[in-house]
Parts: sequence; structure tokens; C-alpha cells
Amino acid sequence: MMRYLAASSAREAAEALAAEGGVTRVLAGGTDVLVQLKAGLVEPALVVDIKKIPGIADITPEAGGFRIGAAVPNAVLGEHAGVVALWPGVVEGANLIGSTQVQGRCTMIGNLCNASPAGDAVPGLVAANAVVRIEGPSGTRDCPVAEIPAGPGKTTLKKGEVITSVFVPARPKGASDAYLRFIPRTEMDIAVASAAVSLELNADGTVEAARVVLGAVAPTVVIAEEAGKVLVGSRLDDATLAKMAAACEAVCNPIDDKRGTVAFRTKTAGTLAKRAAVIAYSRAGGSK
Amino acid sequence: MKSIPVSTTINGDPYEFLCAPDETLLDVLRNRLNLTGAKEGCGTGDCGACSVTLNGRLVCSCLVLGAEAEGAEIATIEGMADGDELHPLQRQFIDHAALQCGVCTPGILVAAKSLLERNPDPTDEEVRYWLAGNLCRCTGYDKIIRAVQAAAAEMRGA
Repeated sequence: MMRYLAASSAREAAEALAAEGGVTRVLAGGTDVLVQLKAGLVEPALVVDIKKIPGIADITPEAGGFRIGAAVPNAVLGEHAGVVALWPGVVEGANLIGSTQVQGRCTMIGNLCNASPAGDAVPGLVAANAVVRIEGPSGTRDCPVAEIPAGPGKTTLKKGEVITSVFVPARPKGASDAYLRFIPRTEMDIAVASAAVSLELNADGTVEAARVVLGAVAPTVVIAEEAGKVLVGSRLDDATLAKMAAACEAVCNPIDDKRGTVAFRTKTAGTLAKRAAVIAYSRAGGSK
Repeated sequence: MKSIPVSTTINGDPYEFLCAPDETLLDVLRNRLNLTGAKEGCGTGDCGACSVTLNGRLVCSCLVLGAEAEGAEIATIEGMADGDELHPLQRQFIDHAALQCGVCTPGILVAAKSLLERNPDPTDEEVRYWLAGNLCRCTGYDKIIRAVQAAAAEMRGA
């Protein structure tokens, strides 16, 4: 029978998860975990609710960036003017998940740990070079968000490890980001393909640094390194954008299903990356 | 199965109950506390029929464990009218015939109230996006949007 533990510290959560021999689940917003319970997909022996851990629902300024607690609901994130101003692409990805009701509960870390290739919060965090803080049996460690997903439904977290926060770093002036996804309707759906782009501009409006990250086109989120390099030095002219889209297409490895074919997902990922780059460029103060 | 004792506040009143570890807040409300206004449609957070507010946030009570209600403030449809005096949203839903079978209505009213507390003068588009997680299979939504706007206007004193 399932046990429920409302942990009062990250240490208590990690120790309880490590000590349990059966299946465990960490409960933050519960918008994936409770659906899995209901569907009988998992029958956990232990569910550890992390929301009573002091500070875990806080957003705290740190070193020019922000530390966002693992239990911060995405609706709360979207109301935080500081994070919205610094990393608008991260926030807009997080705010695309589910309905108003789901937004009131769901968290970016939950989206990351659910490990769907289509998670809308993940590409923006990876483009931001965000880093999670993990409490585990052997202490506390930090890990780039990009290294957490291992495949559909799988993460690289070890037994007893629980993510307590994610850090989005400071950024220079003239920098911004954007996230776009394709769904066949306007709301309440799962990305068929998605793209996050983070840009830093030089004073003359050319791109100094770029990170392009694609979602739903491979078993995990994909960093399109070549696509980012293509943008450097440009003002996002059409030829550069076309080259960048081609570089995105080259790293896509999607599934073929009723929601999108391989060809459609691949082409759409490149197109979304182009559009997201243009939005990020404009937000960063660039003009073409 | 070991039951969990929970103390919580619902519609301003203190409640104490025992629930199973895997029991949802929706099941607690309906089956243990006899607050049957919140409905179970899908049970997976897609339809919004079980909408309540938890510490001021609109949520699906089917995606909350009863145990999570410990120390929380919950508001349900049962707390919306003031005695026999209907809330403007409830009255406008009747006046605009914004319901047919009524299963989605409690959830939509709770969700709409939460919207108007944050945004007293929403556009139709804002109402539609806010209510995207509340499914209605009867009305086609148009009357719902009109009823919400009429209530919003009334509450603004317009």
C-alpha cells in the first residue's frame, strides 16, 4: 500500500526515497504523478511530498540570476516580474503547459523529471544553461538541466536523489530568449515540435552567442550546437536563418505518429527555431 | 491502509477528516465531506469539472491528494452563494442559460470567479483562454462567455 510522506527537509526526502525498496514518486504539483496513479501506470510504495520543505516554493535572486524552488507552480513563475524580464523564453515555455488549473500546480522541475521529450519547460531551461540542485544520499550536487533527461520517462537521477531547485543565471545587457511550440490547436495540447533560442547581442546588434534547443524531435531535448554557431556574427538575415533551420533539421531524430510525421516534425522544428530566434533577437533589443 | 488525519479549512470553516494516502481531494470532498458540488468528469485534470481553489489558486481537485489539504485554505462552489443570495456569476449563468446538463457548471463558476478576482475586466479572448481547461459539451461556450462578461460588468458596477 502506498505511503505518503510530507518531508520537512530535503535531507528527509532524500533519505526516505533512498531507504524505500519499492517504487517511489516525488510529489510537487502532482499533475503528472496523480494522472499516473489514476491510470494505474505506477503503484508507488512511497510518495514524498516536497512542498512542506522550507524555501522550496520560493524564487530567490542569486548572483544576478534566480534560484527557482522545485515546488514553484508555473502560474507563480509567470507572475514573477524579475524572472519574466530576465528569461522570458523560459517562462513562456513553462506557462504553455496545460490549463489554468494545471498551471496552478505544475512545476518546471516536475516537467523535467516527467521526462517527456515534448516537455514545454525543458528546452528553454537548457537554452538558458540552467542548473539544477540535487539532494541525494551522498549530499548535494549541481547538474546542468541538459544532463537530466535520459529518454522518454527516464532521467539520470540516481536512487534517492531529488531536485530541490533550478538556477537560471545572470545575463548581460542585450540578451534574451524565446520559446515556440507547434500544436494542432491553440491550447491544452502537447508539443509536436518545439524550439527555444537564447541570444546575446554585441553593441552593434550582431549575435555574440546563441543557443538553439529543440523539443519533441528526439528521445530527449536536443541542443542544436551547429545552429547556434550559424547565428553568431549575424543580424539574423534570411540566408543565415535558412542555414540555421537546416542545421536544426540535421539534428532532428523524431518519431512518426498520428500527431506528426518525421518529415513534418523535422521541418517544423527548423521553422520554429527561425521564428523563436527572431523573437529573441527583438526582445534583446536587436533590429534588423 | 493507514489513514491520514487532515485538518483544513473549506469555505472558511474548519474541517477534520481521515483519508487514505492515495485518495484525491475530490473524493474527500464528495465522499467524506458531502460537498458534492465539484464533479468528477475525467479524473485526469483535463475537464475542470472538479475545479476548486487551494490557497487561492485554481486547481483540479482530482489532481490533489486529500493529504495535501493539511493546513490549506480551500474554496468550493458550496461557498460561492451568500446564504440564499446567489453570486452574480451564478445569477448571470441562469439568466443567460449558460448551462444545460450542469455537470461542468460548478467548475466553470469557480474558475470564472478566480479569473474575475485577478482581472475584473477581461476580454472575451482572456475569458476563453482562462476557461480552456473547463470542458462543456452542451453549450458551445458562447453563452458561458456572455454570462461571465455580464457578471464581470455587474461586479464592476458598470
